[in-house]
Amino acid sequence: MRWLALLLLLACPARAETIVAGLSQTSVAITADFTGEEILVYGAVKREAPAPDGPPLHVIVTAEGPQGQVVVRKKERRFGIWMNGDAVRVDRAPAFYAVAATGPLGAILSETENLRHRITIPRAIRAVGISSEARDAPAFVDALIRIREVEGRYALDEAGVSLAEETLFRADVMLPSNLTEGDYRVRLFLLRGGRVVDWQEQVIPVAKAGLERWIFNLSREQPLLYGLLSLLLAAGAGWGASAAFRLVRS
Amino acid sequence: MQIYLPIAELSVNALVLLGLGGLVGLLSGMFGVGGGFLITPLLFFLGIPPAVAVATGANQVVASSVSGVLAQLRRKAVDFRMGLVLLGGGVIGSAGGIWVFAALARAGQVDVFVQLCYVIFLGGMGAMMLQESLATLRRSRRPGAPVRRAHVHTWVHGLPFKMRFRASGLYISVLPPLAVGAMVGFLAAIMGVGGGFIMVPAMIYLLGMPTKVVVGTSLFQIIFVTAFTTVMHAVTSQTVDMVLALLLILGGVVGAQVGARIGLMLRAEQLRILLALLVLGVCLRVALDLLLTPDELYSLAPGVMP
Repeated sequence: MRWLALLLLLACPARAETIVAGLSQTSVAITADFTGEEILVYGAVKREAPAPDGPPLHVIVTAEGPQGQVVVRKKERRFGIWMNGDAVRVDRAPAFYAVAATGPLGAILSETENLRHRITIPRAIRAVGISSEARDAPAFVDALIRIREVEGRYALDEAGVSLAEETLFRADVMLPSNLTEGDYRVRLFLLRGGRVVDWQEQVIPVAKAGLERWIFNLSREQPLLYGLLSLLLAAGAGWGASAAFRLVRS
Repeated sequence: MQIYLPIAELSVNALVLLGLGGLVGLLSGMFGVGGGFLITPLLFFLGIPPAVAVATGANQVVASSVSGVLAQLRRKAVDFRMGLVLLGGGVIGSAGGIWVFAALARAGQVDVFVQLCYVIFLGGMGAMMLQESLATLRRSRRPGAPVRRAHVHTWVHGLPFKMRFRASGLYISVLPPLAVGAMVGFLAAIMGVGGGFIMVPAMIYLLGMPTKVVVGTSLFQIIFVTAFTTVMHAVTSQTVDMVLALLLILGGVVGAQVGARIGLMLRAEQLRILLALLVLGVCLRVALDLLLTPDELYSLAPGVMP
C-alpha cells in the first residue's frame, strides 16, 4: 500500500506548480468622482521541484463582471428608413470582461481547456440556441462583442501579463468609468503546452458608495419618494433661480 | 470635471452638462418651450441610455418651466382656465401614449417611432411657423397693407360647450383645447418632451390665443405634464437620474432667466422665426439618422424579449 501511494504521488504532476496570487485591492467603491480604476493582479508560481522541462509556462488573467441577458437588434432599411429588424437574445453576457495573457491565446490555450473554463471572450458569452432566432445569429454575437469592445467593456490584451523567470507575474486590469455594480470575478490560469496546470479565482466586490449609494438605493427601494424628491428638487431650483434673479435686478 | 451618474451608471463631464442645461434653458425662457425636444436628443449624443435621457429630460423641464412661469406670472401672462382645460386633455393623451409606448417597446420599435414623431411633428410645425411668420414680417414691412383681423370666425367657433377664457379674451368651445392638450400629452409620453413646441403654435393658430398669454399658459401646463411623467418614470422604470437632472437644472434655471430677458427685447414675429428655424434644424438632424446608413447596424438592449 505504501508503495502504491508513493507511486501515485510521483506520477501525479498536476499539482507540481501552483499559483500564489494577490490583488492590489479587495473592493472597488464607485463614488461621485469615479472615472475608472486600475487593478493590479500579481502573483508567483510555487513549485515543490525545479521547473519541469518542456513547453514554456504561460499565464492568463481574466476579470469578469456580473452576467445579464442582452437583446441584440439589427437595423434594416424598410420603407426607405432604417429601423430595427431581426433580434437575437443572448442568455448570459458579462457586463465586463477582460482577458490578459503572456501570449496569443490561440497558441497558448487549447480549445478543450477554453471550453472547460470559458476563457476567451466568445466563450464567456453564453448564446445557446440562438441560431433558431435569426438566419445569421453568429453575426449578432460578433456585434455584441464589437460594441462592448468599443465601449471599453470587453478587452483582450495578449501581451498584458508579464512573466519573469517563469515565476513572478503581474497584470493590470483597467475597469472603465461606465461600470456596472456587482461581484467581479478575477481568475488566474497557469498553462503549459495549452493545458491548464493550475487556476484560482478571487472576487472583488464593486459597489456604489456614499451619495451614489444612497441615491441608487432610494430609487430602487422607495421609487415614489424618489420621484417626488426629484420633482421637489426641480421645482425648488426653478423657484430659487427666479427669486435670485429678482433680487439681482432690484 | 468628471462626475459619476448613479442611475445612468457612467461618468460624464459635469461642465458639459451644465452648459447643455444653460443652452436649453436659454431657449426655453425665450420661446416658452420646455426644451425637452432639444435635451433628449442631446443626451443621446452624450451616450446617456435612451430610457434615462427621456425620464431625466422630463425632470429637467419641470425646473425650467417653473422658473419660466414665475416670470410670466408677474407679467400676468398666464391663462389659468385655459391651462387647466389643456391639462385635462393632456392627462388623457398621456395615458394613451404610455400604453402605445409599452406596446412599441415590446416590439423593439420605440426608437424608430420616436424618431418619426420628431420628424413629422417638428417638421410640420416648423414649416408652418416659418411660413406664417415670414408672411407676417413681409406684411409689416409694406406700409398701408391691411392688418389681419384679430378674430377670424372658423369652424372652431361653431363647436358646442363654449367657455369664456377671460385672460385670452376668447369665447370658444372647450373641445379644441382638450384635443390640443390630448395631442400634447400623447407626445409627451412618447417623445419625452413637454410639448411646448407643438402647443405654442397650436394655441396661436388653432385656438387664436393672443401671443402674450401663450408662453405663460404653455409653461403652466407643461409643469404638470412633465411632473406627472417624471414620477411615473421613477416608479415604473426607475430611470430618473437625480444627479444628471440636478446638473442640467442648475445650468437650465440660469439660462431660462437670461432667455426670458432676451425674449422681451425681440418682437413676436422674430421670436417665431427663430423658433421655427430651431425646430426645423432638430427635425433635419433626426431625419438624417433615419435616412443615412448607420455606422453600426446592431444595437444592444438589456433585459428580456417576449
